[in-house]
Amino acid sequence: MTRAIKTVGVCGAGGTMGAGIALVAARAGFKTISFDMSEGALDKAAKQSADFLDKSVSRGKLSGDGRNAIVAAMSRTTSIDGLRDCDLVIEAVFEDLSIKRDLLGRLDDACAEDAIFASNTSTLSITEIASGSKHPERVVGMHFCLPAQLMKLIEMSPGILTSEATFRTAWQWTEACGQMPVKTQDKPGFILNALLVPFNNDAIRAVEAGVATPADIDRAIKAGLGYKMGPLELLDLIGLDTQVRLCEAFYPITLDPRAATPPLLRRMVAAGLLGRKSGRGFFDYQGNAMFGA
Amino acid sequence: MKYAFETAGESRSFPNGDAFLNGAVGRDQADVVIYSGPRLAPDPRKTVILIELGEECLGDHIDDDNPAHANVLGFARYRNGDDPPSRLIELVRHPKASEAAIAAARDLFAAAGLEVSLCNDQVGRIINRLVVPKYNAALRFLDEGLATQADMDLTCKLGLGYPDGPIERVVRGGLAPYYQVSKGLFEAFGTSAFAPPRRARIAFKQATTGTAPAER
Repeated sequence: MTRAIKTVGVCGAGGTMGAGIALVAARAGFKTISFDMSEGALDKAAKQSADFLDKSVSRGKLSGDGRNAIVAAMSRTTSIDGLRDCDLVIEAVFEDLSIKRDLLGRLDDACAEDAIFASNTSTLSITEIASGSKHPERVVGMHFCLPAQLMKLIEMSPGILTSEATFRTAWQWTEACGQMPVKTQDKPGFILNALLVPFNNDAIRAVEAGVATPADIDRAIKAGLGYKMGPLELLDLIGLDTQVRLCEAFYPITLDPRAATPPLLRRMVAAGLLGRKSGRGFFDYQGNAMFGA
Repeated sequence: MKYAFETAGESRSFPNGDAFLNGAVGRDQADVVIYSGPRLAPDPRKTVILIELGEECLGDHIDDDNPAHANVLGFARYRNGDDPPSRLIELVRHPKASEAAIAAARDLFAAAGLEVSLCNDQVGRIINRLVVPKYNAALRFLDEGLATQADMDLTCKLGLGYPDGPIERVVRGGLAPYYQVSKGLFEAFGTSAFAPPRRARIAFKQATTGTAPAER
């Protein structure tokens, strides 16, 4: 049996995703404990969260009392034992199977027997992550989209051993937070990344094959399909090095040729063209020149 | 810029009733000649000659090395199956196409309120080359039970900001015509990503044999 969720822990809450998830939980009225090994990261996340809430107030989307209630619901800890009273713990730590498995093992020791553990993984198997816990029936996939505090979608995935009660309770919690959950099987990339990562690679290969310039490809996608952003512009935003990491996560487990890292992507990363964060990727963000145009 | 429209049947890019057709003039008065069906008659005096393409390449219509074809370009206004035409014109150039012809074609379509993407003469141009593998994957995922159609479509709309989900889009445009697009790309590229998915293959079979409704 699972218990009603009142207190939520977020592991890796010093990061962008973890901080956003903590805001989602606190905003919905849950007592929220942000856990991270780094006090400095927690401080930074707390400031970013406060800025976000202040902006929400100034835009009239949140009252001052509402802001104060959210802040009051949030606390921080650098000790995993600080999560002992949590009914639900959501991990958003580094995307590494051994790190996540190890974390679940430590959560087993720190938390109550019936606490639910959710993983925000976007690429790893929920079943494999759950194998780090002595209670895999209490582990569920709960993939938020960035920025979590703004995006409603959550991909919910049961592992092979996840109990129906765990899945149902976790699902209901996301709804209580005002999110929109969708159910997917525990397969690489779930829905979103399984469709997006190869699609973005295909766009890179089209550039490499000389089909069209990045600007023409993005314009076509936006005008023809009504997407808000072209795939190459999106890749620049995500970071080309991140796309390489996604490919390296997906290809070995899927052997899908579309998921393999395109050679042009490797070359661009080697050249330091990482996208927006480096000032240049498929497009140049220091001037208006376009790479490959 | 004055343009003539040489048709043999209804244009897929500019169907009957499209406002663009109203602006056409006679061939002798036109700077631009648009072919939608009839066989090309080269004319170096024209600023640009545009051949409307289906799924085929521009190279199926012209000789790239013939100087008389320097002012000839291909184009297609992107449509998702039977959906109305989009705002996108895929303008297809060949290696020896003149820059003046390309500029004139851009201006012509831009004046009609359309967006132009220039591409080289490759199978699938831009859109179909990119979306068909994705739609095929989505249809395969549906068969494999990854998620329901509603959840897959919702995920793409909420998570990626798409105006519609991949499966609802393919189904709306028609699985039977989609089969033919996918099949053409599969024959050209020979990779499994382009292989027509089961649902499209069945829809096409039903549409052509009349055994059941084309789309379910």
